[in-house]
Amino acid sequence: MKKILRHRRHPIAHFLVLGIALLAIGFGYTLLSPSNAAVATNARSQAVEEGRQIFLKGCSSCHGINAEGASDVPTLLGVGAASVDFQVGTGRMPLANTGVQAMRKKPVYNAEETAALAAYVASLSPGPAIPNAAQLNYERDGNIAEGGQLFRTNCAMCHNYAGQGGALTQGKYAPSLMGVEVKQIYEAMLTGPQSMPVFGDRAISPQQKLSMIKFLKGIEAEKGQGGFSLGKVGPVTEGLVAWVLGLGLLIGVSVWLGAKSK
Amino acid sequence: MNDSLQGGHESAEHQSSTALSPLTDPGLPPHVYRRADTEPRAAKKAERQVAILFILSAVSTIAFVASFVGIRKDAFIFIPLFGSTQAQQLALGMTLALSLFLIGAGAVHWAKTLMPDHEVIQERHELRSSDEDRQGVIEVFREGAEAAGLGRRSLIKRSLLGSIGLISLTPILLLRDLGPLPGKQLETTNWEAGRRLVTDPDRKPLKASDLQVGAVAHILPEMPEGSELTLNDMVKDPVILVRLRPEDFNLPTDRKDWVHEGIIAFSKICSHMGCAVGLYEQQTHHLLCPCHQSTFDVETGAQVIFGPSARALPQLAITIDSEGYLIAKQGFMEPVGPSFWERSS
Repeated sequence: MKKILRHRRHPIAHFLVLGIALLAIGFGYTLLSPSNAAVATNARSQAVEEGRQIFLKGCSSCHGINAEGASDVPTLLGVGAASVDFQVGTGRMPLANTGVQAMRKKPVYNAEETAALAAYVASLSPGPAIPNAAQLNYERDGNIAEGGQLFRTNCAMCHNYAGQGGALTQGKYAPSLMGVEVKQIYEAMLTGPQSMPVFGDRAISPQQKLSMIKFLKGIEAEKGQGGFSLGKVGPVTEGLVAWVLGLGLLIGVSVWLGAKSK
Repeated sequence: MNDSLQGGHESAEHQSSTALSPLTDPGLPPHVYRRADTEPRAAKKAERQVAILFILSAVSTIAFVASFVGIRKDAFIFIPLFGSTQAQQLALGMTLALSLFLIGAGAVHWAKTLMPDHEVIQERHELRSSDEDRQGVIEVFREGAEAAGLGRRSLIKRSLLGSIGLISLTPILLLRDLGPLPGKQLETTNWEAGRRLVTDPDRKPLKASDLQVGAVAHILPEMPEGSELTLNDMVKDPVILVRLRPEDFNLPTDRKDWVHEGIIAFSKICSHMGCAVGLYEQQTHHLLCPCHQSTFDVETGAQVIFGPSARALPQLAITIDSEGYLIAKQGFMEPVGPSFWERSS
């Protein structure tokens, strides 16, 4: 140590000390603080790359190599991760055939692949993100009465006042909301898939969205108090059953009454 | 009285003339005997069947009592196709229906297989009463009128006629409730220049930036402090707000500046029968009325493209105020909702 200290007045000594200090700080920084971020960035870019591969194989034939869309195919620029998660997660995309409406079916991609696709599409252009579990705590943040009011004003005309779904024009329809995952209902409102309009966060706040979800889950959990609900869609099925089944039975009985015994 | 007597004679003559017509009574077809009529074993079997139906009914009634006592009220069972339903209510309904039905079925089966089924002719007696009876009724009526003394006590007669006459005028007074005439109510709404568009039901004013392309909002007019929308207002004022890309529109030239940055507002009351036109298809830009499927094309200013409606939905001209909130530029330029007699167009 003394040998080194003897050279402390040497002309290059303080340059050397400065250099050693800078190196120490530099190494220390890379070793300690940003290591996690580096890994995360790495993982995300890996997911984006994986998503890009899936996209090129499974989606680009319709949506275009750069997700730019075509005449009848919407562009995916700006639709956001939420839209991808909804369309692919409910199996609506990739499309099975070109009908009037993409139907809900068994998803083609698993959760991991869907997440990668969502990450890739989100990386192209900003859009609504996938809501996380903390944002979807409807039991805590929702108000069922407010949700019912909002649902009847904004949703009931298409989805039926009890969320059972209903018909639109030319074979299109609003699907039933019973048994749909909370996240998917939320994403549908946020992104407006297919015929459905968009209900953005500034027109219908996240808390109001959760209220509507709480209302829907309330209906879903409701048990029939005896008798058959007949799909809870109201007078149409009830009338149909009364006229076809009820009157049919009565006609059968009156035929039996009138027939002569042998 | 005389007239009806003569009428009676005439119809009696008429009947006798039809009896003289050349058509002969074909009589009854030969009676067919049932197996239970001829075979004692079949009769015994039918008897057993009837008894079984009655016994099953009794069993079902006992099951009704048992399910009332025995099934917990909070027990639910799942039935495929019908969903989860309360078990006790279901059991009570089914057992009671079954026991009633089986009593009826047993009785019918009994009557059809075992009770006599020979064709019997029941002769009808003449509908006209005898002359003595008719004379008696007239006598009673005349005696009653004499006893009441209507002919002699003219004060009672006149006051009675007066009170009956007056009471018969009351319905004419009640007819006043058909009015008053609606006046200008059918042609006016609460929309006027500068009135803010607020959301239904939470009455929140909207900025243009609150709506994305493809968004829809259900709108009411913001009412001044202290006044509320009445039920009559609620059937005239609702507006549907839709945002498209500005280049999607193909509007008449005089309405081009009724739109703010692609946001367009229409009366939500259908021009056919007044239902709420609430179904908006984001991809086709069509508004659909759920009642009779009238379809309106938003791009061309809600022109009718399908269905029974005779004219486009009235458009509300909108703009923004100094704070950036969406407001009405002016009231509706035509009456909203369905046609009425005095409507000018």
